[in-house]
Amino acid sequence: MNKKVNTKALFENIVHGIFLILGLITVGGVLLITIYLIISGIPAIKEIGLFDFLFGQKWASTAAEPSFGILPFILTSIYGTAGAIVIGVPVGFFTAVYLAKIAPKKVKVVVESAVSLLAGIPSVVYGLVGMYVLVPGIRVLFNIPDGASLLAAIVVLSVMILPSIINVSLTSLEAVPSEYEDASLALGATPIETYFKVSVPAAKSGIAAAVVLGVGRAIGEAMAVMMVSGNAANMPSLFQSVRFLTTAVASEMSYSSGLQRQALFSIALVLFVFIMLINATLNFLLKRDKER
Amino acid sequence: MKKTLAIALGLALSIAALSGCSEEQAQQTEASSQSSSAGKSVTGTVATDGSTSMESVIGALGEYFMHENEGVTFTYNPTGSGSGITAVSEGRCDIGLSSRALKDEEKASGLEETVLAYDGIAIIVNPENAVADLSVEQIAQIYKGEITNWSEVGGADSDIVLIGREAGSGTRDGFESITGTEDLCKYRQELTSTGDVITTVSQNPNAIGYASLSAVEDTVKALTVDGVEPTEATIKDGTYKVQRPFVFVTKADTKLTPATQAFFDYATSADAAEIITNAGVVPAN
Repeated sequence: MNKKVNTKALFENIVHGIFLILGLITVGGVLLITIYLIISGIPAIKEIGLFDFLFGQKWASTAAEPSFGILPFILTSIYGTAGAIVIGVPVGFFTAVYLAKIAPKKVKVVVESAVSLLAGIPSVVYGLVGMYVLVPGIRVLFNIPDGASLLAAIVVLSVMILPSIINVSLTSLEAVPSEYEDASLALGATPIETYFKVSVPAAKSGIAAAVVLGVGRAIGEAMAVMMVSGNAANMPSLFQSVRFLTTAVASEMSYSSGLQRQALFSIALVLFVFIMLINATLNFLLKRDKER
Repeated sequence: MKKTLAIALGLALSIAALSGCSEEQAQQTEASSQSSSAGKSVTGTVATDGSTSMESVIGALGEYFMHENEGVTFTYNPTGSGSGITAVSEGRCDIGLSSRALKDEEKASGLEETVLAYDGIAIIVNPENAVADLSVEQIAQIYKGEITNWSEVGGADSDIVLIGREAGSGTRDGFESITGTEDLCKYRQELTSTGDVITTVSQNPNAIGYASLSAVEDTVKALTVDGVEPTEATIKDGTYKVQRPFVFVTKADTKLTPATQAFFDYATSADAAEIITNAGVVPAN
């Protein structure tokens, strides 16, 4: 009897230990990446100078007299993400409200599965379609010499962030207690009034979290924007070819050497800091949501 | 669910990494034990690392060499000319592959180059483009932004869209050094692969780009340069101006392993000429 209890306890302990180790692998991965990025990102910043690096307007990494200013990349990433949010959030938000409150069940099933499918499409496919359809389309539509531009990247990113925005908003809208809505309807408000004046305010932290998640997805995307944005290191402008923080790292990494390579790690570090800030915001919003 | 997935992925990765290490070690020990046994048919490993442009030619040579010498393991790591040169100087591979001639400082650091073949860089435009010939001078002016409209070189009245490769690419380095446009090119797009350049040019009637001749397809039109068509013959006799060497990089003070030496001798001999030609570039020997 006693022995049996002991074996059981031992088994439990072993299982706990295994789970702990598995959990630590994730933590270890994050720590390893963080430490590696900081160690390999700092030297170039030191050599170039933090101010020149962050606010320099010229990137010419392989020139005879190289210059490593990443302001064009930072601004492009910010503008591109902002643009994607401006287009993607209204579309995603209203879709979520429709799905959560108004849509008939059959429509909801169809749209929801389409949204999940959209989330599952690899980013290289977005890029490919963008390259063959969107880029020539923009060139013809706006009568400009070349369609690979910030605008093309914004359009691709807005579509890519839709699933995250819709799914997270939908979940939080569905979590609004039906008593709130019933009360509003009983007081004589129309359904639409109820959805926008009761349900949406009640779900607002969840919707905010959805937006932040969209920002995170947009700022971290590399492959799709690399294929449609042209990758020239220009200061951002809607119809100009531009380079994002992510694509700056990805496009030059394979052939880079010396200070150029170190500077690419520094760009990755800057990107990492951006993502950390976004994650912190997300955690803050979700936590506030839980406490309420 | 997400966490489990992440953990599972992490595990899979670490296992892959571990097994990768042990395999490499095994190969190394195999190579060192077998390199001592001299024979007619050599055994061991030949590790090459470098230019992605050389993939088709080096792949064909490696395959043939392994077929001829069954005990040899041939590896090719497509990392880019710069990485290949670094790898050979740090002893991480046997032969570095570079699609540009070595710089003086690289030669000073104890590296040696042997030209394997010549690669013509084709100047490509959209098939709809009426322009068929440009001089090297005109190409340079176009890429420097001094000529910005196709009508200035005999084409339609539309802006020229400059398509190029990313900084560090061997093709870009080759193109810019041949045309004398280093650091001066006003690229509209900087793409990361030859395929992307060809696709983009084939999609845009105003575009001009450059790519390895061997990679050029029917979807784009290769221009003649100074009236010379880019063909193997014109590249080999030097009349086609936009061309660059494919180079084997070795360390001057390090003796190659028997297997590597055998591969090196074979690839630079006349016997390999046919395979090199089939891979779309012009053999040097």
